[in-house]
Amino acid sequence: MIVSFSDVVVVYDNFPALAGATFEISRGEIVLLQGPNGAGKTTLLRTCAGLLPIVRGSANVLSCDLTSDRFSVRKKVGLLGHANGLFHDLTVEENMSFWSRLIGTSDQDVKTAMQIMGLSDRLCTTRVANLSAGQKRRCALATLIVRRAQLWLLDEPHAGLDTHGRDELDKTLRAAREAGATVMFASHEIDRARNLATRSLMVAGGLVTES
Amino acid sequence: MKSDSSMPVSKGKVVTAVFLKDVQIELRSRVVTNQVLPFAGLVMVMFAFALDNDDVLQRVAGGLVWLATLFSLLIIVQRSFAIDTADGALDSLRVAGIELSAVFFGKAIALAAKLVALEMVLIFSALVLYRVDVSAIGVVLLVTCVFCATSGLAFVGTLYGGLTAGAKGRETLLPLLLLPVVAPVLIAATRATEAAFGSGGAQTSEGWAWIGLLAVFAAVFGVGGSLAFGSLIDE
Amino acid sequence: MSQVLQRTSATGTRATKVIGALAILVMVWVVVSGLILTPQDVVQGESVRIMYVHVPSAWIAYLAFIFTAVASASWLISKKHSMGFDRFAGASAEVGVMFMAITLITGSLWGRLTWGEFWQWDPRLTTTAFLFVTYVGYLAVRRLEGSAEQRARRSAVVAMLAVLEIPLVHFSVVLWRSLHQGATVLNPNGDVKMDDLMLFTLFSGVVAFTLVFVWLVLHRQRTMLLVDIANRQGLDAAIAARKTEGSVR
Repeated sequence: MIVSFSDVVVVYDNFPALAGATFEISRGEIVLLQGPNGAGKTTLLRTCAGLLPIVRGSANVLSCDLTSDRFSVRKKVGLLGHANGLFHDLTVEENMSFWSRLIGTSDQDVKTAMQIMGLSDRLCTTRVANLSAGQKRRCALATLIVRRAQLWLLDEPHAGLDTHGRDELDKTLRAAREAGATVMFASHEIDRARNLATRSLMVAGGLVTES
Repeated sequence: MKSDSSMPVSKGKVVTAVFLKDVQIELRSRVVTNQVLPFAGLVMVMFAFALDNDDVLQRVAGGLVWLATLFSLLIIVQRSFAIDTADGALDSLRVAGIELSAVFFGKAIALAAKLVALEMVLIFSALVLYRVDVSAIGVVLLVTCVFCATSGLAFVGTLYGGLTAGAKGRETLLPLLLLPVVAPVLIAATRATEAAFGSGGAQTSEGWAWIGLLAVFAAVFGVGGSLAFGSLIDE
Repeated sequence: MSQVLQRTSATGTRATKVIGALAILVMVWVVVSGLILTPQDVVQGESVRIMYVHVPSAWIAYLAFIFTAVASASWLISKKHSMGFDRFAGASAEVGVMFMAITLITGSLWGRLTWGEFWQWDPRLTTTAFLFVTYVGYLAVRRLEGSAEQRARRSAVVAMLAVLEIPLVHFSVVLWRSLHQGATVLNPNGDVKMDDLMLFTLFSGVVAFTLVFVWLVLHRQRTMLLVDIANRQGLDAAIAARKTEGSVR
């Protein structure tokens, strides 16, 4: 079991964003999280990344018990949230090399990631502030790719990308799966997502059910 | 593409990466050079308007330099964290699973670099606008003072800046938390600077005791800050 | 104390009733003795009577500070991070801030009446003023949004930083004021010649204020416990409501 949640409650300001989530995910799955806005998908992803404290229940991600220690799981996962996590005054290249210097990847990996995400020579020396929303998203995805995480957590990754970008993303996620990673992603793009995912979970009212 | 976790990176490399990133962003955006330094210079001029007495200005020049530094510090600290919170980069730093104390030092050193530039401008303004003089030995005292005081301010600024970064209603907490804490720096740095300027008959030799206090402050908050930073910026 | 919130949950217990009664008794004695029985001072006249309020408040203010620091350290060190420590730290800080304000105000008045000065930059007074502002900041940090655990961790760390910082502030002010050797340190307390009754009244004042402090902190931390219990019960209700939100769709 890569991810195992049992009756997990996560709270924002006394509001239970997750109200007793229970589910399991095995290695190599690509799991789609579906559900209406405000269902708790983002909270679920952030909890798996070890960012949010668990108030009730228990959760285990990549052999880390999140209730006692949610810090050691962080370096094993890669999270792409709503924000891109980029520095707007730096170029794409500079952003990539900052993140890769932090986690110790090679220049070759950085180049490969940028190529996969279609961040060509011209774009790579452009300041992030001058990129379009979709291009920023690709850059964010590239920083995720170099992490080579065991568990990929993506919050609406297709949003803002053009068709080509979406195809590249799907290819990347499948390749990650081939290499032994597990993927969890939230999406409103039901058709494309269903095609990509091996399994689908329904998130509603802070609870998780099979779909 | 193999899927394995990347090799752990040494703390030193993380410190360097964060430091270079902050400095690169400043060089690119020039917020400190184009906005904060002029602001600081302006504050020095406005002190002259308010105090309207050449002798008084000459006497209190040391204090005015450090007062202007502290007010500008608030802006610089908020800017230092705004670049991380603007697009959720602080979250990404937390998920990166790196040692947050290394992030603390990287940001503190970058902050110190900006502060030194600021203090140079302020001391220069004092020399020109308030007509103070510095002897040769006074320069040594002044440089040591700047180094020690800046370290302390950078550590404390990064620490409380991290605590107050991001969420609504937090940025306004920074002055309330930071200014009382840096009071010892204000007192000590001002006395040392006055000794360097020879204001009010102060001897350069009197300044060195204050440098000791500044060094202790910097050491305490360097260590304390690196331990506390992780807890304060985490959710 | 029962873990279930009843409609008429009170925070008093036998212990607090006893402490409260004792506090009132000793306080009455202090008031009577301080205002009527003790003699006026040779130099200061009647204004010396402020001492019976000022000195005990100062004592409590510092006691509260130490209490908060110890409770915060205990929270950080304890493996279970028991929330009781956090509640004591918070309650003690709130009461401490109040007594610090009383100390500063009575000190000002006393100085004004005796020496014509509301304020003196002596080390003790200045450090107390800084401690006051630091604690106001600590209380502001406690009010930041987040779960109880996040609040506890943040404020415990800020309290520890305050413990490091207060000696630095004090020492720098001492060094600073030592430069002004010429000026007399106008400390009304230092010039009072105390006879036995005055000393005893002062001591009683300290006892009375300590009892009041303990009483207030016990009640306050119990109120905080009730708030936590209410939140937890509210959470149960919110979870139930949240679950139905899902099934309605």
